[in-house]
Amino acid sequence: MNDMRKIERDANMTDTKITARGVNVYYGDTHAIKDVNIEITDKTVTAFIGPSGCGKSTFLRCLNRMNDTIDICRVTGEIRIDDQDINHKSVDPVQLRAQVGMVFQKPNPFPKSIYDNIAYGPRIHGLAKSKVELDEIVEKSLRRGAIWDEVKDRLDEPGTGLSGGQQQRLCIARAIATEPEVLLMDEPCSALDPIATAQVEELIDELHRDYSVVIVTHSMQQAARVSQKTAFFHLGNLVEFNDTSEIFTNPTDTRTESYITGRIG
Amino acid sequence: MTALPFLLLILAVVAGYVVNRRAARLIRDGGNRLHSMTSYHGIFSALLILVPVLTFTLLWLVFQGPIIDRITMASLPEGVLDGLDSGGVQLVLAEIKSVSRGQVFGTPEDWKIAAADRFVMLHDRADWWLVVAVCILSLGLLAFARSRVAADFRARQGVEGIVSGLMIFCSTVAIFTTVGIIVSLSYETMRFFDRVPVADFLFGLNWEPQIPLREDQIAAEGAFGWLPVILGTIVITVVALIVAVPVGLFSAIYLNEFAPKRLRSVVKPVLEILAGVPTVVYGFFAILVVAPAIRNFGQSLGLDVAPNTALAAGGVMGIMLIPFISSFADDALSAVPQAMRDGALGLGSTRGEMMTTVLFPAALPGIVGGVLLAVSRAIGETMIVVMAAGLMAKMTINPLDSVTTVTVQIVTLLIGDTSFDNPKTLAAFALGMMLFLVTLIINIFALRIVRKYREAYD
Repeated sequence: MNDMRKIERDANMTDTKITARGVNVYYGDTHAIKDVNIEITDKTVTAFIGPSGCGKSTFLRCLNRMNDTIDICRVTGEIRIDDQDINHKSVDPVQLRAQVGMVFQKPNPFPKSIYDNIAYGPRIHGLAKSKVELDEIVEKSLRRGAIWDEVKDRLDEPGTGLSGGQQQRLCIARAIATEPEVLLMDEPCSALDPIATAQVEELIDELHRDYSVVIVTHSMQQAARVSQKTAFFHLGNLVEFNDTSEIFTNPTDTRTESYITGRIG
Repeated sequence: MTALPFLLLILAVVAGYVVNRRAARLIRDGGNRLHSMTSYHGIFSALLILVPVLTFTLLWLVFQGPIIDRITMASLPEGVLDGLDSGGVQLVLAEIKSVSRGQVFGTPEDWKIAAADRFVMLHDRADWWLVVAVCILSLGLLAFARSRVAADFRARQGVEGIVSGLMIFCSTVAIFTTVGIIVSLSYETMRFFDRVPVADFLFGLNWEPQIPLREDQIAAEGAFGWLPVILGTIVITVVALIVAVPVGLFSAIYLNEFAPKRLRSVVKPVLEILAGVPTVVYGFFAILVVAPAIRNFGQSLGLDVAPNTALAAGGVMGIMLIPFISSFADDALSAVPQAMRDGALGLGSTRGEMMTTVLFPAALPGIVGGVLLAVSRAIGETMIVVMAAGLMAKMTINPLDSVTTVTVQIVTLLIGDTSFDNPKTLAAFALGMMLFLVTLIINIFALRIVRKYREAYD
């Protein structure tokens, strides 16, 4: 199983989806991200690990410009997705966010029906020309979100009535429904129990065949289980970025080693 | 003199607290494990004294006056009250009271002076009896509370029981007051309907309450159809809401989501100052500035505009209501969790789409609450309409005409010489009752609508 993944990963290594050069983020006077350079490959799961407050979530939020919504936050440097500078004036953050979907730490379904939750993105972006087409998108997204069988008979019920794990898969399906190219996940399992976590991790493994997935996680086991590449952040610096198997078996930086062996963190 | 019982009560409460707490401490220091902390023993005793004695004292003071009045009047010499109606008897009592305060006009009869002396004596005696009663009651409760102190006495549960009883009382005070208002309103309303048929009131299209008070007075026949009056209220309320709801909502949405922090920190307090302007000032503004402006503008367009218009009164009332709606809607929008905003923005919605599709539906109950409050205020608002809307009751929905409202009619019916046995005065109570029912129905409907359309988040 492991070997197969390695082959698949090698096949995709060549496509770079996201390139970040010299990215700095400031919250007011706090220097949260310091000169980060990274290349994220397409159709891969990339995990960001590191201790709390190391800036991994902040960096993740740079990739779809969610930091724009925070007044005191300032981002410098260059981030390219498919060779398009996402901070360029010509880029509309609203369209960027349709292209780069995001799943949050706490499941946040809208207080609407399950159907309306999924249809939200397609509706605001005009992806469906008819009701039939919208129905298809909703079903396809829920199937890809691995939750279709559990909710197909109650699409009219509120999404907030689902269990935590179901809500999070609903949110993933909702993000998929806008047909993004990149899927950002900010600690998607930290509010879930082990069984729901396993289901979401399985889903993430499925998703990387079609999307470039970037996941922030506190759990090193999770990073080892789901990702092909891992980046270790510490105090706002990107310390080490390599194949997941390399990071966990043969870290080059002493800080990485200390963190994965549990001495810092 | 009336302060003395309260002083004694405070002393007893403090004493109860100290005594019980010390007793509990002694038990604890003796090596026994107490069920409740010592302070609970103290508070238990304090509350056990405070609540009954305070209730007793207040009831005593409420009933002392009327009872002494009765005794005084009953002890008057035979025959002096013969031939007097209830008003005359009241007059005699008032004279006795003013003599007892030392305000003597003319030369009162001897029996009145005797009665006044007796009145003063009764009051003195009642005051002393109250002091004695408070002392006995306090000491009894103090001893009772002290006798309960023991290692396994559940003082904490006792305190919690008393406090939750007080909370139940506080939460039902408003309900009982409302019930009391309804009962007194219905009583007078019934008397009104004894004189005017219900159908005439409910379905009549004429409102001319100026009926003769005396046989020889020349006045209108009198007609009590409430429809033109309530129609005026509806017209003015609608005008006010047409002004207030959009402006208030848009200002809330702007301040909550789009305004820079610094602008918000200036505009929001200023808006709230608007809510503090006395309505009589708005009335001035309506009658001196807005009404002439509307009249001039209408005339320049060739329209026939009355000097007092529903538009002027309603428009100014709308301005008064803007801060209500705005601050309620702002609070409701702020209460929607950040996760909802992140979710919507993360899916690529604009701020506007986020507002209309996620925040607004989630905040709807709070927003409707604000609008409801505004409706109730608009229906009940009196000063602006008294000054700017007019007094003529007309069956019209033309906002450029002068109309009158239910509140204005209640005011005019109760001002001046009133006697409570003619339909003109009693009509005010009937109108008040209808106003109460109308607002009640509006509230019930609005709550239903909210329950149906609300999108609850957790």
